[in-house]
Amino acid sequence: MNLNMNSVESLVAQIQGLSGNIAELSQLRTYLKHSDDLLRAESPRLAPVLNELDPSVHSLGYLYILFKEHVLLLEDPIRGVAPLLTALRKLQMSSEQLTTLHPEFLVLCLLSKCYKTGLSILEDDIFEVDQPRDLFLYCYYGGLICIGQKQFWKALELLHNVVTAPMSIISAIAVEAYKKHILVSLIHLGQFSTSLPKYTSSAAQRNLKNFSQPYLELVNSYTTGKISDLEACVQSNQEKFETDNNLGLVKQVVSSLYKRNIQRLTQTYLTLSLQDIANSVHLNSPKEAEMHVLQMIQEGDIYATINQKDGMVRFLEDPEQYNSCEMIEHIDSSIQRIMMLSKKLTGMNETMSCDPAYLGKAGRERQRFDFDDFDTVPTKFNI
Amino acid sequence: MEAEHEGSRTMIEEDEILVNGGNDSESRRHRPIISGEQLDVEAYAALYTGRTKISRLLFISEKCGVATMQLEALRMAYDEIKKGENTQLFREVVAKIDGRLGPNYGVDIAWADAVDRRAEMRKEKLENELNAYRTNLIKESIRMGYNDFGDFYYAHGHLGDAFKNYVRARDYCTTSRHVVHMCLNAILVSIEMGHFSHVASYISKAEQSQDALDPVTIAKLRCAAGLAHLDSRKYKLAARKFLETGPELGNNYNEVISPQDIATYGGLCALASFDRSELKSKVIDNINFRDFLELVPEIREAINNFYTSHYASCLEYLGNLKANLLLDIHLHDHVETLYEQIRNKALIQYTHPFVSVDLHMMANAFNTSVTGLEKELAALITNDQIQARIDSHNKILYARHADQRNGTFQRVLQTGCEFDREVRAMLLRANLLKHDFNLKTARRH
Repeated sequence: MNLNMNSVESLVAQIQGLSGNIAELSQLRTYLKHSDDLLRAESPRLAPVLNELDPSVHSLGYLYILFKEHVLLLEDPIRGVAPLLTALRKLQMSSEQLTTLHPEFLVLCLLSKCYKTGLSILEDDIFEVDQPRDLFLYCYYGGLICIGQKQFWKALELLHNVVTAPMSIISAIAVEAYKKHILVSLIHLGQFSTSLPKYTSSAAQRNLKNFSQPYLELVNSYTTGKISDLEACVQSNQEKFETDNNLGLVKQVVSSLYKRNIQRLTQTYLTLSLQDIANSVHLNSPKEAEMHVLQMIQEGDIYATINQKDGMVRFLEDPEQYNSCEMIEHIDSSIQRIMMLSKKLTGMNETMSCDPAYLGKAGRERQRFDFDDFDTVPTKFNI
Repeated sequence: MEAEHEGSRTMIEEDEILVNGGNDSESRRHRPIISGEQLDVEAYAALYTGRTKISRLLFISEKCGVATMQLEALRMAYDEIKKGENTQLFREVVAKIDGRLGPNYGVDIAWADAVDRRAEMRKEKLENELNAYRTNLIKESIRMGYNDFGDFYYAHGHLGDAFKNYVRARDYCTTSRHVVHMCLNAILVSIEMGHFSHVASYISKAEQSQDALDPVTIAKLRCAAGLAHLDSRKYKLAARKFLETGPELGNNYNEVISPQDIATYGGLCALASFDRSELKSKVIDNINFRDFLELVPEIREAINNFYTSHYASCLEYLGNLKANLLLDIHLHDHVETLYEQIRNKALIQYTHPFVSVDLHMMANAFNTSVTGLEKELAALITNDQIQARIDSHNKILYARHADQRNGTFQRVLQTGCEFDREVRAMLLRANLLKHDFNLKTARRH
């Protein structure tokens, strides 16, 4: 490709010319990649150029100019969110593909606090990845957005992906993700298993724990179930949590321990006075206990009724009887999903068994070749 | 016989239902009063012979904390040591007495020196003899020589050397009877030293030579095995071994254990670890063990009361025994744990047959306060040992029956979610790996 890359004007012309169809778009993409340096050098002059381009038609080019940094320069990240989303959708071959724009888009969402918009792309299942770094950032930022939206379940999944992703050397992204994974796991599940799964890369297995010592201490004091232990641990590591920008989450961990302890009481008691609740979970007053219980009832963490007259809380069983239409639909949809997934799994298994490189390697290692021996799906998942 | 047995069982069960139903005047009528009297050291010491008597007395003097009892124990230990040849222990005891027992219990230097001199001579003699045997290569004599050496060291309190010499005799054992003899010696010394792993291994060695085992030896081995399991806190196994001990034991193993101890150790371990049916079949219906239990009526009553659900009187018997059990050289470490387990089991068993239990009545049955009981129950529920929930307002315990249908739905949905998540994560990782692989091949080209 031997185009004139010397002026911004020609660049604009190229963008305008090449925004017609898919084939041209990919040509433009290559071209734009080559003109990266130019864009950096000319950054001050880019703002007026933006006016010449129509975002809906020339979205790819628009966005390359409208580099994340420029939006940031204008201190107005929200301006980038919508166009970047359009571009992202156009760039994607399928909803399973991760593009370079994904992490950039999520950063903008984070900065402009458009968490909901960010969530919309996090709902897609990503399988196709070109750059591992993109995936790491995508999952990390995605995790942050989910935490912001209190979708801890999804956040755990995303952060878990970063921590357990194959890597030859440990990355700062993985370390930060691991720290957040610990905190979210405590908030959401009330526990954290310090042993990493078998499939985790050895680099992560070796190093992650060294980098997150204060967090592991937090886990230990959390599992004792004693508020005083936990608070002492938070006190002694406060600076570290603060420099990691995790203090807010740590505070959520502390309040989740109260919840966890109250939840434990529901396993043991049918009725209990607010005073007793306050005593057994070390809250200062029955009033405070009432607030906690009320909040937990609202959030659906426990099922209970408070009798304010005699200060009694009556814990109830989960009213879900699994016989409503919604529940059946829910079950049906998860069956569908799982069928879809296992189909995908089988497909992938078949492609892999046909892959010449794999067969060559497998054949060399084992003299006698038996198809069943190379079942890559763990037996646990054989349906 | 069978029918009669069945009859007695149903009768007991009826009885139990009555009591559980809250008729606790019944249990009061049953309860004879036993006082937590102080241990009669003299009677206690008379049960034992040899070294264990001394070590038990010294143990009591150390733990009892009552001056008169301490001096009494030390005095008897002094007398006992004087019969033997262990001068080192003698000096230790004299230091402990510290002149408090008058001039008769001071340092008898003349005696100690005489014993030491004799010991020196005997040792020389034994050494010469052994060397002679060894040069002549007479297997039986060498074995005897080592054995004598073991006895010699044992008598003088050098347990480590005694153990080594007893064990050395092993290579020269020609009959299985000799092997068993050697093992018994090794077990004895190991028990004295508190090395219960040795005890266990020599028991299994002894048990290999079946033909040489007479009933008394078998009983001895069972006791030793029981002690070894007790030491490693395997109470259920310990209970089994003590319960298997035959009545032939009698007073034949007084250098280690008295038949009374068998009843106490076995009874407590069984109470702590057996379930109701096992308690009936292995303890109460065990004719052999019944003889032992007759020696310690308190334990017998405790077991019977536990089985017939008179928990308050059972716990009271145990409570009265506690002070003395804490002075037992083998049991003292385990008393607290065993008592806790027995109490928890009693609580669990009490609640088991009911849909709802009034905590006031239960507190009566256990002789405790409602709030204390509530705490104990809460702890048991948290540990999943009782499936129930407490109505703290009305002080009633309700049994909880898990709804299997809902539970299954919940589990299925959860498993589905996990599967979903894990498969997606796996596909993603696989793709990442593929990418990595592609990069490498691309670089190679």
